[in-house]
Amino acid sequence: MFDFEADEGQRLLGESVQRFVERDYGFAVRQEAVASEEGWRREVWRRFAELGWLAVGLPQALGGFGGARETAVLMESFGRALVVEPWLASVAMASRAVALAGDAARKEELLAPAMRGETLLALAWAEPASRYDLAHVATRAERLAGGGWRLRGRKGLVLNGAAADRLVVTARIAGATTEKEGIALFVADPAAEGVAVQGYATNDGGRAAEVVFDGAALDEGAMLGEADGFAAIEEVMDRAAAAVCAESLGLMAALNEMTFDYARTRRQFDQAIAGFQALQHRMVDMFVALEESRSLVAVATGDVDSADGDERRRAVSAMKVQCDKAGRKVGQEAIQLHGGIAMTDDYAAGHYFKRLSVIARLFGDLDWHLERYATLAL
Amino acid sequence: MKITLAPEDEAFRTELAAYIEAECDGGARERVRRGQPLEKADQVNWHRKLARKGWSCPHWPVEVGGCDWTPVRHWLFEAECGEACCPPPIPFGPEMVAPVLWTFGTNEQKARHLPGILAGDVWWAQGYSEPGAGSDLASLSTRARREGDRYIVNGTKTWTTLAHWADWIFVLVRTSSEGRKQQGITFLLVDMKTPGISLTPIITMEGGHEVNQVVFDDVAVPVANRIDEENRGWTVAKFLLSYERFNMAGIPEARRQLRRLKAIAHDQGLMDDIRFRARLADAAIQVQTLEATMLRLLGKASAGTDPGDEASYIKIRGTEIDQLLTELAMEAVGPYVLPFVPQAGEAGRNEEAPGPDYAAPVAPAYFNTRKVTIYGGSNEIQRNIIAKQVLGLTGGRAHV
Repeated sequence: MFDFEADEGQRLLGESVQRFVERDYGFAVRQEAVASEEGWRREVWRRFAELGWLAVGLPQALGGFGGARETAVLMESFGRALVVEPWLASVAMASRAVALAGDAARKEELLAPAMRGETLLALAWAEPASRYDLAHVATRAERLAGGGWRLRGRKGLVLNGAAADRLVVTARIAGATTEKEGIALFVADPAAEGVAVQGYATNDGGRAAEVVFDGAALDEGAMLGEADGFAAIEEVMDRAAAAVCAESLGLMAALNEMTFDYARTRRQFDQAIAGFQALQHRMVDMFVALEESRSLVAVATGDVDSADGDERRRAVSAMKVQCDKAGRKVGQEAIQLHGGIAMTDDYAAGHYFKRLSVIARLFGDLDWHLERYATLAL
Repeated sequence: MKITLAPEDEAFRTELAAYIEAECDGGARERVRRGQPLEKADQVNWHRKLARKGWSCPHWPVEVGGCDWTPVRHWLFEAECGEACCPPPIPFGPEMVAPVLWTFGTNEQKARHLPGILAGDVWWAQGYSEPGAGSDLASLSTRARREGDRYIVNGTKTWTTLAHWADWIFVLVRTSSEGRKQQGITFLLVDMKTPGISLTPIITMEGGHEVNQVVFDDVAVPVANRIDEENRGWTVAKFLLSYERFNMAGIPEARRQLRRLKAIAHDQGLMDDIRFRARLADAAIQVQTLEATMLRLLGKASAGTDPGDEASYIKIRGTEIDQLLTELAMEAVGPYVLPFVPQAGEAGRNEEAPGPDYAAPVAPAYFNTRKVTIYGGSNEIQRNIIAKQVLGLTGGRAHV
């Protein structure tokens, strides 16, 4: 058996999440949730907690289990059903950041209720000018004479930021705006004085927020550990990138299925359009794009858990390049081969296409990952 | 992408590495490393060395001389040989006609032909394409007429790879013109020494001689050399075309090409060119992805799932990547792709080439590699197969 083949636990997890999305996560229900005030459903989140999914990828000492492979198993099925609950934002990103940077007491305090589904976390790392540069942190944490910290700065694109009970924030305690050194992670209460959270809907049916810290006062224990903040968020970004690669497999699989089914039944010129070679070959290329992505994600995801940071970076960059390219091809071709029907808001294909288009701009885009891969592997 | 090896696989790797060092010819390995054409002896000698260990055709069923290996062991064997630049496996006998023999052959045919392939004593060629039958293979017109216990074969086969090295050739011939054109085809094994066979080299655009035209003029073939029944050859041919042994053969060569390409790019100062770097990184990721696909299909095979026609996309992607890498090498070398160095690719050339020493083989390789998306069922034919067999895409004109 090869290392990358699913073990028993991963297979069971996969079956359980696949069963859930097939039974309880139809497109119409999803669209209703997207249109609701919060944009997703609390009762679904409670199901996630009951099923143990809020513990995936988190420390075993706190009852967590699994790593990048288990994350990929969940994300692929989430992609198939366009799940909008903030698992990526809260569990894979914010909780993971706490797990990497926090000391034992803070981990217990923050992660235990989050894993039970009682609290939601969000990671505020990006800034209006940071693009994909994680070291670009202009937000500053100033040490107060009487203990504690004062936070000033603006964070952007905080996924699930408006619903979060706690924000995990990157802020600079030393150094210039783009230096890797001097970045620390803080935990902030979004309801505290001096914190303004402006939530909004995103183009892929999700939610995010811009957050302004205008001299917000944080207590002495707000800083998460002494660990290197940059290393922690870099790892979180890699894990998030790997997670959306796995998600893209589900998105592409759904689009391919929709497109091939449609081509087999849609009749023009007295035949199913699936019979036209000009279309057949394009559908074959969609199939190949997905299969290749599936292969790379299956084989490279294990390296995301590697203790060797460069091995992780290489694997993630390779996956992101492959999945972004494949996702663009499958997404655009799915719309084109459907024709006009796929342009409508009622039809699911457009929503899959939008999600694929958006995740290609998250956690490093194609050019960013090509350059990192070139630096590490050439 | 690391594969954890069991101690017995680790021990095997050590044994194999030592065997390669001791027994695989250094000149042949150097030619493989440089991407130069090989001589027949390079491939045959290494095949025979492997045969001494029982490793010449490891993917064969154990009863006919294969190895009882796990997929991990197969992967390890091919990866290790590839990394060490050993001559690649010989395809025509071991990978093409042998599965036909053990699947459709009589006991007598198996006993007669398989040992020679296993030992590396008999080189085979494939007589499929004809001047009028390329992608539409079933329209072939080489005829075999029955006379007693012999067939008399007349016709022309073309693009016959390395027929000038071959001892035997397997050919598709027409034995009937009735019914659908697929129904009148028969699969024959022919000794290349039979009177009436003549061979004309075809020189390809880069100047190399790999392929030939083979003319059959009243060639007498014993009926005992027929595989399966008369007019059943199309089934046999399709089996052969779809027979996938998930070899890694393309992967080690792609890795070597990538390595050569990186060396050229560094020498030409191209690693500071952000556009070239990005293209090279993209190509490297495509190679890594192809390797992941091979591994995943091996994993599927070990789980008892037959990837079947789905594997056609390996041919598509493998050849596209091959062309991409040879084209990037052209780009990396730049204007010094101009000088034509006769036999630049051949072993043993000794005159000094103009330009950097890596430049001369690059253009011929690029020219020659245009063939890969054409042969073995063109990539368009592969897409047709996947569209129909895997994705079930048909027009369904007849019913509403």
